[in-house]
Formats: sequence, C-alpha cells, structure tokens
Amino acid sequence: MTTLPTSVSGPLADVDFAELEKSLQRPRTLINAALDVVVTAMTVLALIPLFSVVWMLAVRGGKKLSLAVLTQLPPAPLEAGGGFGNALLGTLVIVGLAALWTVPFGILNAVYLAQAKPEDRLATGVRFATKVLTGFPSILAGVFAYGAVVLLTGGFSALAGAVAISILMLPVVVLTAEDAIRAVPARMKEAAAGMGATEAQTVWMVLLPTALPGILTGVMLAVARAAGETAPLIFTALFSNYWLSSHGQIHLMQPTASLAVLIYNFAGMPFDNQIELAWAAALVLVLIVLALNIAGQALSRRLPE
Amino acid sequence: MAEAISDVQQPAEPVIDCHIKELWYGTFKAVRDTHVPIRKNAITAFIGPSGCGKSTVLRCLNRMNDLVRGFRFEGHVHFRGHDIYGRHVDPVAVRRHIGMVFQQPNPFATSIFNNVAFGLRLNGFKGEKMPRVEEALKRAALWDEVKDKLGKSGLSLSGGQQQRLCIARAIATEPAVLLMDEPCSALDPIATRKIEELMLELKSRYTIAIVTHNLQQALRVADETGFLYVDTTQGGRTGYLVEFGRSKQIFEAPQQKYTQDYIRGEFS
Repeated sequence: MTTLPTSVSGPLADVDFAELEKSLQRPRTLINAALDVVVTAMTVLALIPLFSVVWMLAVRGGKKLSLAVLTQLPPAPLEAGGGFGNALLGTLVIVGLAALWTVPFGILNAVYLAQAKPEDRLATGVRFATKVLTGFPSILAGVFAYGAVVLLTGGFSALAGAVAISILMLPVVVLTAEDAIRAVPARMKEAAAGMGATEAQTVWMVLLPTALPGILTGVMLAVARAAGETAPLIFTALFSNYWLSSHGQIHLMQPTASLAVLIYNFAGMPFDNQIELAWAAALVLVLIVLALNIAGQALSRRLPE
Repeated sequence: MAEAISDVQQPAEPVIDCHIKELWYGTFKAVRDTHVPIRKNAITAFIGPSGCGKSTVLRCLNRMNDLVRGFRFEGHVHFRGHDIYGRHVDPVAVRRHIGMVFQQPNPFATSIFNNVAFGLRLNGFKGEKMPRVEEALKRAALWDEVKDKLGKSGLSLSGGQQQRLCIARAIATEPAVLLMDEPCSALDPIATRKIEELMLELKSRYTIAIVTHNLQQALRVADETGFLYVDTTQGGRTGYLVEFGRSKQIFEAPQQKYTQDYIRGEFS
C-alpha cells in the first residue's frame, strides 16, 4: 500500500493504445462528426429567413430611404414623393405612451411577485395569468381596447392604440423584471436588512438599482415587440394621412398613423410609389426593433454576478 | 497578542443581556438555555462545532432571525435594559443600533462611497456625507487603499477589502454594538489578521460580538468567550451554552468536560 508501482501493471496494462487513435472509421467518432454537421446546418438554416428578410428590405427599401421620406406626409395616389413622417411619429408616440404606464406598473407588479409576497395565492395567480398573457393573440388585445376605449370615447385614437399595445407589453416587462429582481444575490438583501433597512428601502435602494440592467432589457424587448404590432392598431389607432400634432399641440384623441399600419395599407395599393414607401417603412421598422433588441442584449450583459 | 486578554479592566455592565430559553425554526428546536451577557467595549466570541447554533444566537441579538420563516423565540434580549423582543419594538429600528457584518463580504453593487453612505441615507441623514464616509473608512483601516477610487464599484475590491468596506458601512451610522458572523472565514490569513487588528481597534468605541470557528482567533481577540455544543439526547440537534467566561479561563482552564474535549481536540 505504501510502495508505488514501479512498472505499469494492473488495469492500466490492458490499454490498447491503437484504440485511442482518432479515426472516422469508428462508429463513435463517425456519429459525433455527423451530428456536428447536422447541428451546424440547422443553425445556418434558422438564420436564412432572418437574413433574407433583412437583405430584401435593405435592397428594396434602402434605395427609397432618405431624410425626406422620414419627415414628409404620405402622398396621395399617383402623387410622386412623400414619406411616412407622421407614421414614424405615431409609432413613437403610441409605444412611448404605452411604455409610460406599463413600465412602472409592470415593475411594481414584479416587486410584488419577486420580493413582497412571492408565494401567496395572489402572486401565484398573477404569475400564471401573466404567462398566459405572453401568448395572448394581439388581435384580441385590439378588440379589447376597441371595446374599452374606442367605443367609450367615441373614436379611434393614439390613446386607444397605446392601451392595446400595453396589454402586449405588460407580461414581458413583468416577467423579465421579476427574474431580474430575483437574480439580486440574497446576501445583498441580507446586508440591507442588517443595516436596518425597511423592506421598502431594500427594494428602492438595493433591489431595483441592482436589477436595473435586467429590467431595462425587458423594457427594450417589450417596446420592440410592441413597435411591430399591426392588428391591435387597426382596431384602435386606425390610420391618418396627417400629422398627430398641429400648432405645437399633440392630439392623442384622433386617428393616428403608425408604421405597421402604413405598411399594411400601402403594400396592398396598386401604386408603385406607395409600394416603395411600404418597403422603406418596413426597413425603418426592422431597424428600430433591431436597435432595441441590441440595446437590450448589451444591457443584460452588464448584469452583476 | 496576549495583551488582548488582559484581566485588568473590570467587566462593565452588559450592553446586551441575552436569555434564550427556547428558540425554534418551525418544528425544529435550534437553541435552548443560553444566557450570555455582551459587555460594553469588549469583544465577546461564540465558539462551538458546526450546527451548535452560535450564528443563530448572534442573529438573535439584532432580530435578524425574524426574517426566517417559522422563527419562534422564548426568552428575552435586553439591550441597555429594554427588551428588544417587546411587543412594541420595531425590529428594523433595532438593527440600526446593533449592526451586523456577515460571513461572505456583501457590498452592494454600487460605488465604494455609496456603500458606506448607505446607512446615512437610510436614516435620512441630511448633512455633508463625505466627512462621515471618510471617518468610517479610516476607522475600518481602508481609507488609504480606496481614497482615490471612491467612485469605483465596491465589488471591484479584493475579498479582504470588501469585508473592511462592509465594516465601514456598518460603523458609519455609529451603532452601539457590532455583530460579526464568522467575518474572516472567507478570507486569507493576511486579510484575517487585518480584520482581527481592526476589531481590537474598534472595541474602544464599539461593543463587538463575534462568531468564529477559529479557536485561535477567539483566543487572540475575545475578552470573553461562550462555548456552545449540540445536544442530541432529545431527538433533535439543539444547541445550548455549555460554558461562558473570560477567554483566558475558557481556553486555559475550562470547567466543563465538553469544553475541555473540544478545545483539546482542536488544538492537538
């Protein structure tokens, strides 16, 4: 037991070193290599739709893209030039308005789920409902806002659009914020408690600042999703050929253009100018969504260990 | 370090007088029959094998155990004569006077300055924060190492520095008592020595209670030591205080057989 073996004996002596050689003739290496190829091929295949869409948009929308297109009103049929400035502004206003109340509401909701009462029945119920809402058909959000806002206020409006959009944003904000708050190390909560912080102070001074990058990631993803929605806006904000604002005032209670609905409308028209504008608007929309997604990714990488 | 356990000064009136009759976590009886006085401007150490409840006893002293679900407590803890488990006492307020340093250094994910100023903000401190932050960092023997990078993240410091930052954070609000739960167990020997020297410095100003599984550490820094042991005779694993006294006496002439066995076992 105390003496070390001087020559190779015991189990090691039986090793056939030829067996260790790497060779494609062996089933194990062959299967491994084959699976490698399959997995790589599938990954590349999955990227094809994304890149072909972006490529198509860049080619067909890119040539029309200019400052004028981003700042001018839509042209009348057979009219040359024009742009979708009002639709770009409308999308920003509708999504911004939705974010304005969805983000604080969603974060407070997440604080309840992650910290205040994570295991009570209300939290369990809300968490389940929120997950169901993640897969909620967007057209139903539009129908809901139509019934709840459009019929009530007597007309299509940016406000109604924002209500419909916020239903789709809410679950993304809540669930990512809950995860981000839960990911704050328990020892930081303990440190705050040990300093004599009340629960509210712990949430406000430790949990939310530490979870901020993760929360912002969720907000970015939610805004990105909302910016591309069409169906809920057709029922609520409808469309307009004119600016949302006039004489320096923004009118939230009138039909409002958005990029998504403009694409839907113009792509079906028999006029070349409108169809080209639809391509350019699609490119702008994709670039906005892409930028928000990249910003979200960059923020989530800055999460604390 | 023999002067650390000098017998010259007379034991003062305890700042905290802890009487635990029974302490439960749900149906688990964690600690029973533990009476310890924590004396002013002294260091009191709790030693004992793992699972003997020494951390539980320490966390009793500033009601950190209230955060544990199913926690029940019979007995009393008198802080300057007032029972902190009294019906009208807010545990949050108690913790502002009895601070805590944890086993794992746990700075917040914010700047060094904000870490130390945290307690000041909690208490709605309106004055100039910088002098208070500087003072706390100096007392925690960290000022010289961080004075040029107060805006950097507390998490960028080394483990030993992080622990001293946590001490600075705890003392910035001038608590009466500082509880330290194995503050050196995640640190290397050099960082440990620094924290020990710091404790001896700090005791002239604060009262300190420390849990340690390092017996030499207790002998080096503590004026008084309590030895806890696990009682398995009643089915569970219930910790209780076997012996309490001057550290010198506990280590050199323990009265109880369990204490003798434990200290001899650890030293040999």
